Amino acid sequence: MFFEQLLNGLTLGSTYSLIALGYTMVYGILELINFAHSEIYMIGAFIGLIMVSVYKLPFVLALLISMAGSCIVGITIEKIAYKPLRKSSRIAPLISAIGVSIFLQNAVLMLAGPQARPFPSGLNVTSLRFGPLRMSSLQLLILLVSIVLMIVLHFLMQKTKLGQAMRATAQDKEAAQLMGIKIDQVISFTFAIGSALGGAAGVLVGVYFDSVNPTMGFFPGLKGFVAAVLGGIGSIPGAMLGGLILGLVEMLGAVYMSRYKDAIAFAVLIFILLLKPTGLLGRRVQEKV
Amino acid sequence: MQILTVIMINSILAVSLNLVTGYTGQLSLGHATFMSLGAYAATLLTLKLDFPFVASLILGAIVAAFFGFIIGVPTLRLKGDYLAIATLGFGEITKNILLNLEFTGGPMGLRGIPKVTNIYIATIVLLLVIFSLNRIMSSRVGKSFIAIREDELAAEAMGINTTKFKILAFTIGAFYAGIAGGLYAFLFRYINPKDFGFMKSIEILCMVVLGGMGNTYGAILGALFITLLPELLRIVSPAIAQYRMVLYGLLLVIMMIVQPEGIISGSLLDKIKPKKKMEKGGQ
Repeated sequence: MFFEQLLNGLTLGSTYSLIALGYTMVYGILELINFAHSEIYMIGAFIGLIMVSVYKLPFVLALLISMAGSCIVGITIEKIAYKPLRKSSRIAPLISAIGVSIFLQNAVLMLAGPQARPFPSGLNVTSLRFGPLRMSSLQLLILLVSIVLMIVLHFLMQKTKLGQAMRATAQDKEAAQLMGIKIDQVISFTFAIGSALGGAAGVLVGVYFDSVNPTMGFFPGLKGFVAAVLGGIGSIPGAMLGGLILGLVEMLGAVYMSRYKDAIAFAVLIFILLLKPTGLLGRRVQEKV
Repeated sequence: MQILTVIMINSILAVSLNLVTGYTGQLSLGHATFMSLGAYAATLLTLKLDFPFVASLILGAIVAAFFGFIIGVPTLRLKGDYLAIATLGFGEITKNILLNLEFTGGPMGLRGIPKVTNIYIATIVLLLVIFSLNRIMSSRVGKSFIAIREDELAAEAMGINTTKFKILAFTIGAFYAGIAGGLYAFLFRYINPKDFGFMKSIEILCMVVLGGMGNTYGAILGALFITLLPELLRIVSPAIAQYRMVLYGLLLVIMMIVQPEGIISGSLLDKIKPKKKMEKGGQ
C-alpha cells in the first residue's frame, strides 16, 4: 500500500516536474510568472485528444504533435502578450499573462463545452509486477516519458549552443546580448521548450486520469508553479526535484489526511520558503545597491 | 441598484489591495482570503451569536486583520514573487480549511444571512475607508510605505523598520478587505469558500493594476471598470454576452499593452498637467 502510494506520487510528481520546468525556464529568463502556462498544458491535452480520437494516430505520434502544437501556442503567446511589455513594470506582463489564461480557458470552453472527455489512448494498460511492487504499465510509460524528456532537456541545456545561449541569457541579459546572442530568439526558444514540456504533461495526465476538460489546467498549473518555487525558481534541477517532492507529499497526504489534500501542497511550500526563502536549490542573490 | 453596491464593495477591496501592492509595493495574490475571513467571521457572529450588523462587520474586519498579521509576520520576510506565491498558498489553505470545517458549512457554505447591506451603507463605508486611508497616507506611516516601495534598501538605511511597516500595511489592508467581505455576505445573503478563491484575488489585483497602481482613485476606477465590463457586454448585445469571459481576457491583454501603467498613471498625469520646463535646467 505504502509503496503503491509512493509510486502514484512519483508518477504525479513527474508530471508536476514537467509543468514546473516551463515555469522555471521562463522565469529564469524573463522573471515572469507565466500564468498562461496552465492553459498551454490544457491545450496540449486537447491537441493530443484530437490526434488520438479524430485522426486515430498512435499515442506516441499524438504526444509529439501535441508537443509541437504547444510550442507554437507558447511562442505565439510570448510574441503577442509579453514581448510588447518587456520594458514596462513587472506587474504588467503578469496581468497580461492572467488575461491570456482567462482568454484561452474560456475560448476552449466555448469550442469544446465544459464536459470532461475520456482520452481513448488506445494503449493496452496492464498491471506489471516487480517482486512485491505492482504498477500499471501506464504509470511506467508516464515515468519513462518524463525521464526521457528531462534527459533530453538536460542535454539541450548543457551540451548545445542553444542551451548555452539560454543559460547565458538567464544569467545576464545585457551581457549575453553584447556577446552576440539574439535575445528574442532565445526567449522564443525558451517558451517553445517550456510549452512543449507543459503540453506533454497535459497529454500524460489526460491519459492517466482518462479525462480532459477546459478547466483541467488550473490546479496542476498552480501546483507546477508551486513545484518550481519549491525547488528554487529559475533552477532546472530544482523544478524536477520540486515536482517529485510535491507529488510524493501530496499522495502520502492523500492517504493520511485526504480532506486537506490540496492544502498540503501549499503548506509544504510555505514551510520550505520560511526555512529557505529562495527554494531548495535556488541561488541566493545578493542585493546590490 | 445591486450592481452599484457591488461596485462599492469591489472598490473597498481594490483600495485595500492598493495599499499593500500599490503603495507599499508588496505583490499579494491572496487578497480574497481576508475578504473570506471577514465574511465568515461577520456571518457566524450574526447567525450563531446574534451580534448586531455593525458589530459583526467590525469584529469580522478585526478577525481578518488578525489573520493578516499572523500571515504577514512570516511571509513578509520573503521578497517579490516568493511573497506572491506564499500569499497565494495561504489563500488556498484558508479555502481548503473553510471547505472542511463543520461550523462554516463546508462546501455548502452559509445561507440565511439577513440582507442588510445596501448602496447607502456600502457608500458610507467606502468613504470612511478612503478618508482613513488618506489620513494614513499623508502621515509618517504612509510615507514609510511609499519609501519601502521605492527602494527597500534605502528605506532601511533611513531608519525605517521595513518589516514592521510591511506587516502594518498588510494588516490594515486585511482589515479593509474584511469589512468588504462582511458587506458582501450581508448583500448576497449566502457565502461559499469558492466565492473567495484565487480568481477573486486576481480580479482584485486586476482592478488595482488597470486603474493605476499606487492611486486610490485609480483603484476605484479599476473596480468600476472590472465590475461593469461583463454587465456592459451583456447589455450591448446578448450575442456577445456568451463571449464575455473570452473578451474579458482579451481586454486585459490589450489594456496592458496599450496602457501598461493603468488608466490613471504618472505618464497620463504628466499629459494633463502643464509640462515643467526641464530643458532649461540642462542635464
